[in-house]
Amino acid sequence: MTAAVEAVLPADAARPRTRRARLGGVSLIGPLAVLGLLFIYPLVTVVEQSFEDRLGRPAGAVAWHTVLASAEFRTGLLTTVEIAAGATVGCVVIGTFIAIVLAFVPFPGSAAVARLTTVILAFPSFFIALSFAVLYGRVGVLSSIVQSVTGHSEALGGFIHTRWAVLLAEITFYTPFVIRPVLAAAQQMQTEQLRVAASLGARPWTVVRRVLLPELLPSIVAGAGLCLMLTLNEFGIILFIGAKGVLTLPVLIYTKGIVAFDYPSAAVLACVQVALSMLLYLLGRLLVARIGGRRAGLD
Amino acid sequence: MLVWTNRGRRTVVAVFAVVVLVLLVAPLLVVLVAAFSGTWNGVLPGSLTAAHLRDALAADNLASLSTSIQTAVLAGLVAVVTGTWAAIAADRLPGRLRTVADALFHLPVAVPSVVLGFGMLVAFSHRPFLLNGTRWIVIAAQTMLVFAFAYSAVSAAMRRLDRQLLDVAGSLGARPSRVLIRVTLPLLLPSITAAAALSVALCMGELGATVMVYPPSWRTLPVTVFGLSDRGDVFGASADTLLLLVATGVLLLLIGRIRQRVRT
Repeated sequence: MTAAVEAVLPADAARPRTRRARLGGVSLIGPLAVLGLLFIYPLVTVVEQSFEDRLGRPAGAVAWHTVLASAEFRTGLLTTVEIAAGATVGCVVIGTFIAIVLAFVPFPGSAAVARLTTVILAFPSFFIALSFAVLYGRVGVLSSIVQSVTGHSEALGGFIHTRWAVLLAEITFYTPFVIRPVLAAAQQMQTEQLRVAASLGARPWTVVRRVLLPELLPSIVAGAGLCLMLTLNEFGIILFIGAKGVLTLPVLIYTKGIVAFDYPSAAVLACVQVALSMLLYLLGRLLVARIGGRRAGLD
Repeated sequence: MLVWTNRGRRTVVAVFAVVVLVLLVAPLLVVLVAAFSGTWNGVLPGSLTAAHLRDALAADNLASLSTSIQTAVLAGLVAVVTGTWAAIAADRLPGRLRTVADALFHLPVAVPSVVLGFGMLVAFSHRPFLLNGTRWIVIAAQTMLVFAFAYSAVSAAMRRLDRQLLDVAGSLGARPSRVLIRVTLPLLLPSITAAAALSVALCMGELGATVMVYPPSWRTLPVTVFGLSDRGDVFGASADTLLLLVATGVLLLLIGRIRQRVRT
């Protein structure tokens, strides 16, 4: 009797599992078809295009040689990486500061500020560029303030069209992307550790450096990774600010593809941009997994 | 609890206030005020006017808004349905296969919007899928841009789901389709509506891919805003941006309503 039950049970227990797996395989066809048509197919066509000439005839690696050897590409790549790295460092420093204050130095209205940071996440990036035109333009708000204090007119000059304006705009827009994960992690932290450290005589800065930052590191890395990827690919802000000298890879793809109709060159640039972005994405996933695992192992 | 002295607290809060004011409050406030400004050549606007907002609500512009809403709702809907479908289906896969599927569905996040737009332009300008010049290329581009976010939100909820509820329903004789409709989907509803809200909000403000693919007959509001800003009309652009933000807010409220309606 029991033997019969045992003989039946494993088979019965195993059956739904394989059926579930098979069902999963079948029903994945829908999303995979959408992904294949709207994502994989366009990317494959871009790669194909990079090996053709402007009329769609096979041209070998001509476009690759021309683009990769051009000074435009090299400065473009450098500018892209510089701005993205600079903006990410800025976002991490400011975002971590804001998150720590919001979580551990409560004051009236801190909940409203926290909510404001989430609202801004849903805004389009070009809205920052618009506000910059008013705030930091040639005759903008800051320029007027400086004039009323020092008497210099147009003190900011053409700042709005420089790469510094782009950098500042990206820091302004992407800081909430760091605040959110760090704040979430900070709010989950147990505060006893901080109190114990303080009661043992540690100054606030020491507590931040020795207790808080190590604990928040995974969330900071996650926010920084997201920031770096988004700033590498940022396009709206630069397009709106109209900084002529700031030619990042996305801007080059736009000008080559849409303005100059030079599809092969745009395709090569697109391939490089995707490779850069994917590499970073995979690196980020690995890093987060490793740091997350290490911390989980410690705790 | 971090800063114990009063002086230290005041310093930290003061620095914090300046940073938040410059970074978060000023840009928001400035766009809001600029939408109502006639001139602005000083610290404060020279004169106030409702003309820009009137222009923003003129027929031509409302068509742009309607285009944006239709695109965002349709693209968001397709992205959420396929994203949810993918999340539920991928969850049933055995170990390694599931990791591969998960990485694949997340992949669009890593592709820049400009590149995706360019890819669509190249791929859909010739047979067999001739979409260039139609509204469908814009909708397709926005769908793909938000798909990974929708998938990510729902699959995270799927992982936290209490398996036993599904197993109990199954053991009580419910067919898989019935378990899906009566148990799985209702349990996932909060994450599905959250994914819908995020998708619609992102689509409403999308510019990078749209500017690569849009035909003149299907101009979304961000494209119009770019046109105005490019001509130096910052105030008109601000009024349109305000309109865009208000419309997005209304859409998000409606999505919240749907969620409550379904629950009760």
